[in-house]
Amino acid sequence: MVNLQKRYENGFEAVPGLDLEIHDGEFLVLVGPSGCGKSTVLRMVAGLEDISGGDLYIDDKVVNAMGPQQRDIAMVFQSYALYPNMTVADNIAFAMKLRKTDKVEMAAKVAEVAELLELTAVLDRKPGQLSGGQRQRVAMGRAIVRNPKLFLMDEPLSNLDAKLRVQTRAEISKLQRRLGVTTMYVTHDQIEAMTMGDRVAVLRRGILMQCASPAELYETPENLFVAQFIGSPSMNVVIGRVAGGDNGDITLAVGGQHLHLTGEAAQRLQGLRDYVGRDIAVGVRSEALGDDGSASLEVSVDLVEMLGSELLVHCTVDAPSVRAIDTGVEISDQPTSTIVASLDSRNQVKVGDRLHLTLDTMRLHAFDLETGAAIGRS
Amino acid sequence: MALATPSVAGDGTTAKVVDATPLGAKLAKGTSGPIGRIFVWLIAALWTVPTFGLLISSFRPEKQIKTDGWWHWFTNPGQTTIQNYKDVVGFKVNSQPFSTFFWNTVQIAIPSAIIPIVIASFAAYALSWMKFKGRDWLFVAIVAMMVVPLQMCLIPLLQFFKSDFFPDAMNGIPNVWVAHAIFGMPLAIFLLKNFIGSLPSEVIEAARVDGASHLTIFTRLVLPLSVPALASLAIFQFLWVWNDLLVARVFGGRKTNQPMTGALVEMVGNKSEDWQLLTAGAFVMMIVPLIVFLSLQRFFVRGLLAGSVKG
Repeated sequence: MVNLQKRYENGFEAVPGLDLEIHDGEFLVLVGPSGCGKSTVLRMVAGLEDISGGDLYIDDKVVNAMGPQQRDIAMVFQSYALYPNMTVADNIAFAMKLRKTDKVEMAAKVAEVAELLELTAVLDRKPGQLSGGQRQRVAMGRAIVRNPKLFLMDEPLSNLDAKLRVQTRAEISKLQRRLGVTTMYVTHDQIEAMTMGDRVAVLRRGILMQCASPAELYETPENLFVAQFIGSPSMNVVIGRVAGGDNGDITLAVGGQHLHLTGEAAQRLQGLRDYVGRDIAVGVRSEALGDDGSASLEVSVDLVEMLGSELLVHCTVDAPSVRAIDTGVEISDQPTSTIVASLDSRNQVKVGDRLHLTLDTMRLHAFDLETGAAIGRS
Repeated sequence: MALATPSVAGDGTTAKVVDATPLGAKLAKGTSGPIGRIFVWLIAALWTVPTFGLLISSFRPEKQIKTDGWWHWFTNPGQTTIQNYKDVVGFKVNSQPFSTFFWNTVQIAIPSAIIPIVIASFAAYALSWMKFKGRDWLFVAIVAMMVVPLQMCLIPLLQFFKSDFFPDAMNGIPNVWVAHAIFGMPLAIFLLKNFIGSLPSEVIEAARVDGASHLTIFTRLVLPLSVPALASLAIFQFLWVWNDLLVARVFGGRKTNQPMTGALVEMVGNKSEDWQLLTAGAFVMMIVPLIVFLSLQRFFVRGLLAGSVKG
């Protein structure tokens, strides 16, 4: 059982305090914009960075004072950090050599890992003679061969080209499930986070915004930041006013238009009753627009992007947009804003059209304008 | 060396062309044109002429050396002799053959080159990759010592060697080793710290995560990766010690502990008219540095450019 719990304060407050628990065998992804402290967290877990406050547990043991070599962890670095003066085989065997592993056993293990990662042909080469993908696999091999308690990966795919990245992403996921090693993975790419993680922890300025399964993050974000960070295209969020909340129904005014929430859709957003007469942020994902739904929104089309499988329609709506920024919530000073709807690609939409976009009220999100927190059933 | 290509922003905008060309590449580019090439040859020739003249002189008879310049040899190339070399090799200084002094120089130069570099590489690693209080100030203090003239230290150091704090068993040549090590250390630490400190930190961290101690990281990773810097520094230090007269004179003790440079002075000093021996003696002295330099010159150039040219 790997049990991690941290609470610390850095000199620069890079990570003002973070509580996180990783379960045994889990693939946890730490994601956030650059500079959010995710790498710092990983390096603290690795023991490469001092922990300035709080405790870090591995297997119910506080390891704050332990050096990286005593923690039984393996790490894959962004630059791979292969030992340039050693062959691939020596790179993989380095940790075992330091532990004075039996030579025969060592050779067998290196061969096994090389086989697994398709590195057998290049075992005698130096890292300088390898391609980017091969180097990445060597870095993986060096970590796997250790059979550690915990894998740490710091953006291991960011140096690969797009195609190789998608392929390697799947390979790492498969490998992790097969080996069942607890893994902590850092990335700034939300697609990587969503596709790979059992759970995803979203960080902003060293603060945990939400930690949940990818589906949960997508469907029920706890705050505006997570809502806009996860998903592509980003969630559309504009200002709305809670116009009324009588007899179970809720009415939202967006620009000059009204959205009526009834039945289950109103139940979901019960919390809005406390906001009657006040402004809130209304969010809806692009795919919840246009297909079917009980409410509709009139917009004018600015731009149409044909992606083959879907049509991304950029439209203007007469309400200011709301955006989660590093320090909180930012309301645009423009009276109108652009929202993106993804429609069926068979739709005929032209720039300049007036369009009635239907809206699935079951998939509407509401957020507090001050705190950015999601408003739900309350 | 690859020719420099100016970097242009990839987005096609007319971005400022940033000249990020390293110095080494600039030098290579500047000297590859026809004018540059002529210029370089000219400088090389100018620098070589005195040595060349010395070489010619060393093969001329004593009388010719003392009456006219070495360039007269070209008008009368028949006047060639190896008598000077015979005289040098057979010459006795303080009743010791010249070979004793050659051997002394070897004995002085090799440890004096190795000791400071070994210590400096350990120090450079610690100053780069180990965290301790006052590390940066210590480094500044070491670098500051480079400005202290060697001559200022001669008397204090001599007093230290004569004092009770220093073992008498180290008198003689070992004293010279220690002195050279002390004088060579600041520059050695400075250069090595710059090189070792520029190794990628992730590689060092990876080794730590893999379970390596500082000593293991140093011996298995840092030393192999620093070979170019170590080699160029070793050549520097070796040449400096090989050509040194002052330090060996002051700290060497007995006259029989003198290096070749000392012996050359004696040859000319005892019989000031015998300076034809100086020419041959100088060439005997130059043989070893020449071999060292030619065999290690690829490290030499690479090490000098370390840090400026990233491979």
